[in-house]
Amino acid sequence: MWRACQRTSVWQVEAFSMTGVLALQGDFAEHVRVLEALGEKATLVRLPADLAKVERLIIPGGESTTIGKLLEQSGLLTAIKKRAKAGMPIWGTCAGAIVLAKHIEGGRADQKSLGLLDITARRNAYGRQQESFETSIMIPTISKKKIAVAFIRAPILTRPGKAVKVLATRGKEIIAVQQGDLLATTFHPEIPGSKQFHYYFLNMGSH
Amino acid sequence: MAEQRKNTFALKSGLARMLKGGVIMDVVTVEHAKIAEDAGAVAVMALERVPADIRAKGGVARMSDPKLIKQIMKAVTIPVMAKVRIGHFVEAQVLESLGVDYIDESEVLTPADEQYHIDKSSFHVPFVCGCRNLGEALRRIDEGAAMLRTKGEAGTGNVVEAVRQARAVYAELGALKTMSAAALAKKAKEYRVPLELVKKVAREGLPVVNFSAGGIATPADAALMMQLGVEGVFVGSGIFKSQNPKKRAKAIVEATTHFDNPDIIAKVSEGLGEPMHGIDVASMPAHERLAGRGI
Repeated sequence: MWRACQRTSVWQVEAFSMTGVLALQGDFAEHVRVLEALGEKATLVRLPADLAKVERLIIPGGESTTIGKLLEQSGLLTAIKKRAKAGMPIWGTCAGAIVLAKHIEGGRADQKSLGLLDITARRNAYGRQQESFETSIMIPTISKKKIAVAFIRAPILTRPGKAVKVLATRGKEIIAVQQGDLLATTFHPEIPGSKQFHYYFLNMGSH
Repeated sequence: MAEQRKNTFALKSGLARMLKGGVIMDVVTVEHAKIAEDAGAVAVMALERVPADIRAKGGVARMSDPKLIKQIMKAVTIPVMAKVRIGHFVEAQVLESLGVDYIDESEVLTPADEQYHIDKSSFHVPFVCGCRNLGEALRRIDEGAAMLRTKGEAGTGNVVEAVRQARAVYAELGALKTMSAAALAKKAKEYRVPLELVKKVAREGLPVVNFSAGGIATPADAALMMQLGVEGVFVGSGIFKSQNPKKRAKAIVEATTHFDNPDIIAKVSEGLGEPMHGIDVASMPAHERLAGRGI
């Protein structure tokens, strides 16, 4: 298994490698499926106690307004911020990217977010559902081959801060960024079932 | 820029995947829509009357006024769905032109065609359809539905039909998995769908998300349906026909997320005020039941 090669023993893989998928709402099961296909253990995170068991966290697609409210009500908003400060890798896809962003455009005035990523997320930036699209993208940092992804009522990222590395653009639009241990993509690799981003994310914390 | 493909089945069913674990609320005004979004709804269903009022009013129930739908689309940032009559493909063309995010071909409205549902695969906009059992579910998928919901019995505030139908769908799905090739062929005939679809579903399960609708009135009702295996809930009359819609809407959202956590369901169920009154489905005459429409 690929992770075992990077670790000193199988025991360590068992003990330390657990990826959490935030399961308040959204396509968390699709992320779990990709993680399991990569041989990674995954667990659903709904409460702060679940977060304590994981080494890294994926925030899936969904409705960012809903996820924001449930983050606050569950106590996870504070708990995730705390873990992020301690260096836990987090990856947000679509709504997850919005929830990670410091600034939100086209959202609700009272919309809750983690505000960890120094960037602006413009919600529903392409329009309504009929403007959603599938495509494949080339990101040399992630993979030598094109990656199939889906943009569903997707946001666009703008005004990246100095610490933010832009991983991918589509024309002028920023669609994937990394800031230290934080990864954000405006699209869904998990919908077509692409594994390359998950593979990249699983290795982010091990540098 | 790389080639892009729009309105594919992956995108249509993909939006429904983003709604999982969430609550889709019926709203009849802009004010309702904002309350729903505030409470944490993942989408709203824009319509002129909730099912309980459609029942009370009688007559023919049709697609809502496009003006109302447009106002609601403007008022919220979450996806907006709207209903068309079963088989009424022109109402669907109208909603597609308005740009709604999802169309519900719904038994709650008076059917326009007693023989055919809409050919949903020919539309850009995705469709959700109701079902009472696996046969109905697979026929709707074969017609191009990108999302399912069990029908329940809308406007009753009574969860009994939703439970019966969810149990039927998942029991029939389970049975499919262990069937011989000959038995699957027989099922395809019984369900009146291509054998390929039956085989695929036997192998991989439903290719679309399945929610529960029709009769959910309390946080515990929502959690019950989630524990029975549905992936999210529609709440119609249950919220805005109750005493305190704001509080109840928020509680149902939390109970849907934390459906397997009785401590949280208990906490959010406290002091919600009167639920909608409700109807005993067993005492309803057959012609008043909506779930038998569009089979």
